[in-house]
Amino acid sequence: MPVEIAAPKIEVRASTPPPETSGKAKVAVRDLDFFYGRVQALHNISVEIPERIVMAFIGPSGCGKSTFLRTLNRMNDVIPATRVGGQVLIDDHDIYAPGTDVVELRRRVGMVFQKSNPFPKSIFDNVAYGLRINRVTSSNSELAGRVEQALKDAALWNEVKDRLKTSALSLSGGQQQRLCIARALAIRPEVLLMDEPASALDPIATSKIEELIFDLKKQYTIVIVTHNMQQAARVSDTTAFFLLGKLIEVNSTEKMFTAPNEKLTEDYITGRFG
Amino acid sequence: MTTMTYSSSDRMRRGVSTLMTTLTFLCTLLAVGALLVILFYIAYRGIGSLNFQFLIDRPRPVGEGGGIGNAIVGSLVLLLISSVVGLPLGICVGIYLSEIGRGRIGGAVRFIVDTLTGIPSIVTGVFVYAILVLPMKHFSAMAGGVALALIMIPIVARTTEEMLKLVPHSMREGALALGAPQWRVILGVVVPAAAPGIATGAMLAIARISGETAPLLFTAFGSRFFPESLNEPIASLTVQIYNYAISPYDEWHAQAWAATLVLMTLVLGINIIVRFLTRKKF
Repeated sequence: MPVEIAAPKIEVRASTPPPETSGKAKVAVRDLDFFYGRVQALHNISVEIPERIVMAFIGPSGCGKSTFLRTLNRMNDVIPATRVGGQVLIDDHDIYAPGTDVVELRRRVGMVFQKSNPFPKSIFDNVAYGLRINRVTSSNSELAGRVEQALKDAALWNEVKDRLKTSALSLSGGQQQRLCIARALAIRPEVLLMDEPASALDPIATSKIEELIFDLKKQYTIVIVTHNMQQAARVSDTTAFFLLGKLIEVNSTEKMFTAPNEKLTEDYITGRFG
Repeated sequence: MTTMTYSSSDRMRRGVSTLMTTLTFLCTLLAVGALLVILFYIAYRGIGSLNFQFLIDRPRPVGEGGGIGNAIVGSLVLLLISSVVGLPLGICVGIYLSEIGRGRIGGAVRFIVDTLTGIPSIVTGVFVYAILVLPMKHFSAMAGGVALALIMIPIVARTTEEMLKLVPHSMREGALALGAPQWRVILGVVVPAAAPGIATGAMLAIARISGETAPLLFTAFGSRFFPESLNEPIASLTVQIYNYAISPYDEWHAQAWAATLVLMTLVLGINIIVRFLTRKKF
């Protein structure tokens, strides 16, 4: 007997219209297939991500949303025996075209991981890492300035400014995750990918990161994977729903959570499965 | 009835448990006891001939005293040569195995390294004798150091590999996602994160080879003088102990005991340094 579950009330933050987008997509994915060995994880995905908005990917575990996120900066390249079909265009350039400089790509498309992964170095050196390897800054004072700015952007500066030389591993979980965000922001990527950035954090740390995302979209195009539908509703402008490796629906977040086009989306959002 | 059965099997279980606990304790006592007896016996036999002059003098004819100063210097020189040759090579092989060598080639390299670890050290000695000593027509510190390095490389390679594999994969991805090329990820993030472990492996390898005698017998050979060049035979504590122990003189036997005590202290010292290095820093 089917149990009737009351749909959770999901509050959508009034999504600001994307500012000054020319209507041109920052990221355009066309007919993307992805395979782990013989297992096809993504089926024929096509989606466009406009500039300076927050797009959330939702869907049950194992539906391919993280895999899809990782195709956008070719992080899946490091996993053996994987294969990609289709196109991912960033600023009209196919990142899977032969001769693409993957290192350069990852500089432009930053990533924050589910589990915070600070390097066992000082707080300062963590944020400075990307700047140093990419030789972004020409002087020590410039480097320090960029580190400070990144930490401020990630809303961490006030908590760590007096102990920049201490180990990053001495920070709390929420602080470590914001440090990883600062580290990604320091090299000023154009697109920021976030793979469940708040899944291991307490509500206070989560709300800090959500506020951060809201601020960051003024400058960055942000794609966030989340298990938490309330979170998707709170932070994103558009939402994409994945199921079993297929993209079921892309819609404005408001529409998605109030009147989705697809029955499957509605079933998932109201908690009938997943 | 059921209560009876239960409690009797319960008593049985407790009995077995006590028995096994006692048994493991006795085994531990036996093993550790044997080790302590060895340590104390060496200290007891060696302490008599140990004095400062003995530590800095070179061997003298029977009845004239003499010491192992040249052997201590020789051992340190040999350790230095083998470390300079063996550590970088071993660490590089470890990095290759952990970070780069995937699939068949990596598997083959790992198999070869494991096989090398198991080769008896005297075989390594004979090998170096054939490829270095025979062409050069004389024994040398260099040949001894190379022989020890050959023993060292597989040990260091495998410990380095294991230590690097303990570094979480997420850390590598974090660095890659910031636009770091693979070599910078390895040198700037992965190796530093595993550095204490790699240092431990290196020190354990050094401790291991500092006790080797067989590979030195026909490479470094031994000498009764302080070393003047790496191109001539060189003394070492282990070979010195061997030569004195098989001699017919009581005085030299006593000196062999004292040299053993010095060697053991050296190895103990290295192990203490290892402990010190592996304390968690972060």
